[in-house]
Amino acid sequence: MVGRPLVAASAAGEALVSTEPLSFWGGFDYRTGTIIDARHPLKGECVSGRILALPSSKGSSTATAVLLESVLAGTGPAAIVCRGPDPYFALASIVADEMYGRPFPVIGLQEEDFADLRSGEWLIVGQDGRIVVWPRPPRLRRCAG
Amino acid sequence: MTLRLTEYDRDLLAGTRGAAPQLAMRILVRMAEVYEAEEMMDITAAHIDSALYMGEATLAFAERLADLGGQVVVPTTLNVSGVDEAHWMDWPVPAEWAERATRQMRAYSAMGCAPTWTCAPYQVGAAPQFGQQIAWGESNAIAFANSVLGARTERYPDLLDICAALTGRVPAVGLHLDKNRAGQLVVRLTDVPRRLQDSDAFWPVLGHLLGELAGPLIPVLVGLEARPTEDQLKALGAAAASSGSVALFHIVGVTPEAPTLEAACKGSVPAQEIEIDASRLATAWRELSTAAGSALDMVVLGSPHFSVHEFRSLAPLVRGAVRHKDVTFVVTTSRAVAALAEKDGALEALRMFGGVLTVDTCILTTPMMPGSVRTLMTNSAKYAYYAPGLLNVQVVFGSLDDCVRSAIEGRVVRDESLWNG
Repeated sequence: MVGRPLVAASAAGEALVSTEPLSFWGGFDYRTGTIIDARHPLKGECVSGRILALPSSKGSSTATAVLLESVLAGTGPAAIVCRGPDPYFALASIVADEMYGRPFPVIGLQEEDFADLRSGEWLIVGQDGRIVVWPRPPRLRRCAG
Repeated sequence: MTLRLTEYDRDLLAGTRGAAPQLAMRILVRMAEVYEAEEMMDITAAHIDSALYMGEATLAFAERLADLGGQVVVPTTLNVSGVDEAHWMDWPVPAEWAERATRQMRAYSAMGCAPTWTCAPYQVGAAPQFGQQIAWGESNAIAFANSVLGARTERYPDLLDICAALTGRVPAVGLHLDKNRAGQLVVRLTDVPRRLQDSDAFWPVLGHLLGELAGPLIPVLVGLEARPTEDQLKALGAAAASSGSVALFHIVGVTPEAPTLEAACKGSVPAQEIEIDASRLATAWRELSTAAGSALDMVVLGSPHFSVHEFRSLAPLVRGAVRHKDVTFVVTTSRAVAALAEKDGALEALRMFGGVLTVDTCILTTPMMPGSVRTLMTNSAKYAYYAPGLLNVQVVFGSLDDCVRSAIEGRVVRDESLWNG
């Protein structure tokens, strides 16, 4: 599928999908990269390094600041896929680019494409807004010592 | 669609007006492309949510803009900060946090923003005019400015608000444009007893439900009999902007762009209506509480920040009484309202009751909560919505009366007859 790259960059990772919007302020702990909104279906999920698909942000205008903190802390998602253009997600990535040279892809999808996304799939996101399902790479074992 | 820039915009981008507005304009132009704007437009006031310390990145962004010599070019107020400079040492706020939050406050003050430090700037003399183009951050303030005052602001995310203030320019999109302000979802109140409509707890509960129903749409409320006060509209908007993304709501016969349903919808009234009755409101009321049982550690009022009128409602309830020794009683407000409430005698009444004041910030935005607090009670739907996730506590939502009575008795007591009747 092809979406509109709100912020063009590339990434690969496991999809984490919900049809519920999320308020990052109050709903996401950037220190751990975990969703903490007790009312959200993804509560307890870690977004770090994953491709997070949410229809949109919601709630507090502090969402952007929280996402920016997660980029600096290294706990943020590898990419965000949303339904339509979400300015909150896009701004976090744009400022991460301007401040640290570390943008993450933010892709706006059509509703029917968004509905095809599945949690657990391994996705590659391209600069041009293309999203493809890809065979999962082998898990790398971290060496001790 | 391409973005047309004026000579002023290009000057800003070229850096001829300084490095800070250049960085701000670069971000604004990239956002204009996200919004698919055709042009930029002027704003004449700003309210900045970005001064809230979240961590190293928000501090670095503030200090970068301030170090580059950034100065706001329109009258600009500041939202809550990350620390109450006057009282933080009374709470378990880490000194390191207080120092960094203060640095971030200094950076925004240095850029020429007025140190209002409040999430209710519209109640401290910074209310915009009807039709005024502004760039406001803070979800409740955005909803209030658009809906109650008829000013025009998009739902500005943190970090973009200061960019607008440093340049006076924003993408010409969204709620800035008349055509995008029409009601999109009709919500009709039916069979909601007048006694319930006249209670103060009705408005935040209605807002909570409205946010859930509307999501990102612009709701139009019809069928209300009661005439809400400014504080009730404040509570409704704050709740709707927490449970949903409501940045503009219309109430037919109440808010300035809704003299009639047709006017609120700009002539094209949606065919479908959603009905709200008393039982639906009762469900929303129950949803706002997560705690079971009657144990209580803290009562907190003031999200959005308590107003002078709210202090005037509180004073007679607490006068002559004393809170239970095991229940902390906190009111969060702005330094400006605190000064007025002091003159009014309400703060003296609060102190005699055993209550304390936090200014400039709130329990959600500074790490002041003692670890021993497991259950807190509030009359604010916004506190009730966010506290469980942010503070890892259980919450009970109640009316102002319920909150004061519970603080006195040392356990949760609520008048449930309004909701179960």
